Amino acid sequence: MLTIRNLHASIQDEKQNTKPILHGINLDIQPGEVHAIMGPNGSGKSTLANVLAGRDHYQATMGEIFLQGENLLTLLPEQRAAAGLFLAFQYPVEIPGVNNMYFLKAAVNSLRKHRHLPELDAMDFLTLIKAKIKEAKMDEKFLHRAVNEGFSGGEKKRNEILQMLMLEPALAILDEADSGLDIDALQRVAEGVNSLRNSKRSIILITHYQRLLNYIIPDVVHVMIKGKIVKSGGKELALELEEKGYSEFINQVTA
Amino acid sequence: MSNQYIKQVVNQQYPYGFVTDIETDTFAPGLSPHVISQISKRKNEPEFMLAWRLRAYEHWLTLTPPKWAHLQYPEIDYQKIIYYSAPKVKKPGPNSLEEVDPTLIETYNKLGIPLHEQARLAGVAVDAVFDSVSVATTFKEKLAEKGVIFCSFSEAVKNHPELIEKYLGTVVSFRDNFFAALNAAVFTDGSFVYIPKGVRCPMELSTYFRINAANTGQFERTLIIADEDSHVSYLEGCTAPMRDENQLHAAVVELVALQKAEIKYSTVQNWYPGDAEGRGGIFNFVTKRGACRGKQSKISWTQIETGSAITWKYPSVILQGDDSVGEFYSVALTNHRQQADTGTKMIHIGKNTRSTIISKGISAGFGQNTYRGLVRVAPTALHARNYTQCDSLLLSKTCGAHTFPEIDVKNKTAHIEHEAATSRISEDQLFYCRQRGLTVENAVSMIVNGFCKQVFNELPMEFAVEAQKLLEVSLEGSVG
Ligand SMILES: Nc1ncnc2c1ncn2[C@@H]1O[C@H](COP(=O)(O)OP(=O)(O)O)[C@@H](O)[C@H]1O
Ligand SMILES: [Mg+2]
Repeated sequence: MLTIRNLHASIQDEKQNTKPILHGINLDIQPGEVHAIMGPNGSGKSTLANVLAGRDHYQATMGEIFLQGENLLTLLPEQRAAAGLFLAFQYPVEIPGVNNMYFLKAAVNSLRKHRHLPELDAMDFLTLIKAKIKEAKMDEKFLHRAVNEGFSGGEKKRNEILQMLMLEPALAILDEADSGLDIDALQRVAEGVNSLRNSKRSIILITHYQRLLNYIIPDVVHVMIKGKIVKSGGKELALELEEKGYSEFINQVTA
Repeated sequence: MSNQYIKQVVNQQYPYGFVTDIETDTFAPGLSPHVISQISKRKNEPEFMLAWRLRAYEHWLTLTPPKWAHLQYPEIDYQKIIYYSAPKVKKPGPNSLEEVDPTLIETYNKLGIPLHEQARLAGVAVDAVFDSVSVATTFKEKLAEKGVIFCSFSEAVKNHPELIEKYLGTVVSFRDNFFAALNAAVFTDGSFVYIPKGVRCPMELSTYFRINAANTGQFERTLIIADEDSHVSYLEGCTAPMRDENQLHAAVVELVALQKAEIKYSTVQNWYPGDAEGRGGIFNFVTKRGACRGKQSKISWTQIETGSAITWKYPSVILQGDDSVGEFYSVALTNHRQQADTGTKMIHIGKNTRSTIISKGISAGFGQNTYRGLVRVAPTALHARNYTQCDSLLLSKTCGAHTFPEIDVKNKTAHIEHEAATSRISEDQLFYCRQRGLTVENAVSMIVNGFCKQVFNELPMEFAVEAQKLLEVSLEGSVG
């Protein structure tokens, strides 16, 4: 599904200064697998997500990324979305005045167009979204509000999940999907993600906290420190981290 | 930065820039009492009209063009403008559509305004003004059944002189300003509407203004009178050919709402804006004002201003009647070298009068966008209320947004609220949309449309859709 080879990446700030963040990431994710990427704040997890999604100012300076055989680094963000990549944002942005349902319809149809599928008409779309909103256990009122405008932190995260359910990506990357959620909201988010799990779809869970992994059991856990993956293992690794913290790994890297 | 994305958007040409080749009756350029009496004569006007025009002209001679607006343009030579140009008619006064020159019908078809009634959207009657004259008005009979008068201004002068004499110039006096004086002297046509007592106009009324002839000014005048307890929704649309010279459009619109009457006036202004370097385009210097004369009357202005090289326009409401309501909803977009200085005046005189101002300015390219507003509360206006919200969206580093809100309150019981915000399309918003599969173009137009939502909500359905599309076209080529 996703292959990352020796990825080095930098961020360019407003003053055009380049700051190297990722230093040789290797990752291999098979269809159907859920991988967790854990690490302390500032270790480069969101940077990796942004580089994968093709955000401006996040430049891969070396290495390769392939999604289902496609060379991602040559594609625009919207083409990567069409190739099946979805990013649930750590901080979903507000788009004032743009109706949530209208936004979703534009997104669904834009992706269908990229994929040379016929656009959904109003009726088909409505049927689809009603089913999905039920699945996400969300209130239909959500659909009539502007995208993320005035949403609470938890509502924003759940709106990301709704979008993910609608867009049915091949690879979903969830960046801190659990941050700021109470236990109920966390369970809802987990249910949403679990319902999407199948043998063809891969998921990357980014978190610095193992709580979410009690609800979504990962196949593989990676530890990222200072832009490098320093250890990979099974789900037990998350529990180990919970117990011991990251200090051992950080010392390893700085030593 | 987001500019860089917006830059990617390709340039598209103004789609209404064609010229109709038609034989015309056209005056030589220049303005004089003789020209004015010729205009009056062409229109077979009663004497009071000519006298009024000449008084306006005399007054105009004493005035100088206003300089206070945040606009830059070369001085206009008023002797070089042609003040009258009309398509030649085979027979005088074509009254049925069959008699209208097919070339004109074809022009309006090309503009997407079919004049044949069966082809029109059900429920919209149209008055088509071509250069200096009205060439057709649809659905007249159907409206007449309800007692609604909807016709060209010239016809109204002929058939309803008593209404014209009673109301003309009572909201916008020729003494009001330079362009209002000029308009009064030389206006050639426009639309006239009268809604009788207790009648809810059964369909939307609309006027479509088209400038065709070169070097010609368009000076039209619209007068809408809503008698007690009546209701009307009126729409105005405009386009012009692409030319390298600037053309002047100086219109006057007067609205009168009597007790409990309601007038909703919507404009989709798409005059030729000039090219990317700022050559050509319409100078749109317009005076629009409504008087809420009666108790509980209401006047609501909605404008989508995307065209013209220069827009100078302040649709206003004089709230005389107690409990009357004035509203102003505006989207003004300036791209390339366009300049707009627009806003409103809400003059509170009656008790418990309320006004709302929602202004959305979008600037792109080298566009300059100014909101200029006045909220005045007279000593008599007990418990007047105003809410103003005035937002600017900047799409480039080279454009400008300016706001000059003036508040003048002479009654302590007034309640005035003012909010203003300036924003840009953030990179985060663009990336978010693109991550969900939207192209840059779609993302920008979606975000801009969201920004304008409160104003679009005020437009009649079909026109809201049109306005959205218009905005998309006008934004194309918005270089950062
Ligand atoms: N827009 C930015 N401009 C400059 N530096 C940034 C930017 N975003 C993140 N960084 C820096 O990059 C590093 C990695 O950040 P990030 O990928 O957000 O870490 P994580 O998601 O693991 O907390 C940090 O040192 C952070 O300060
Ligand atoms: Mg992060």
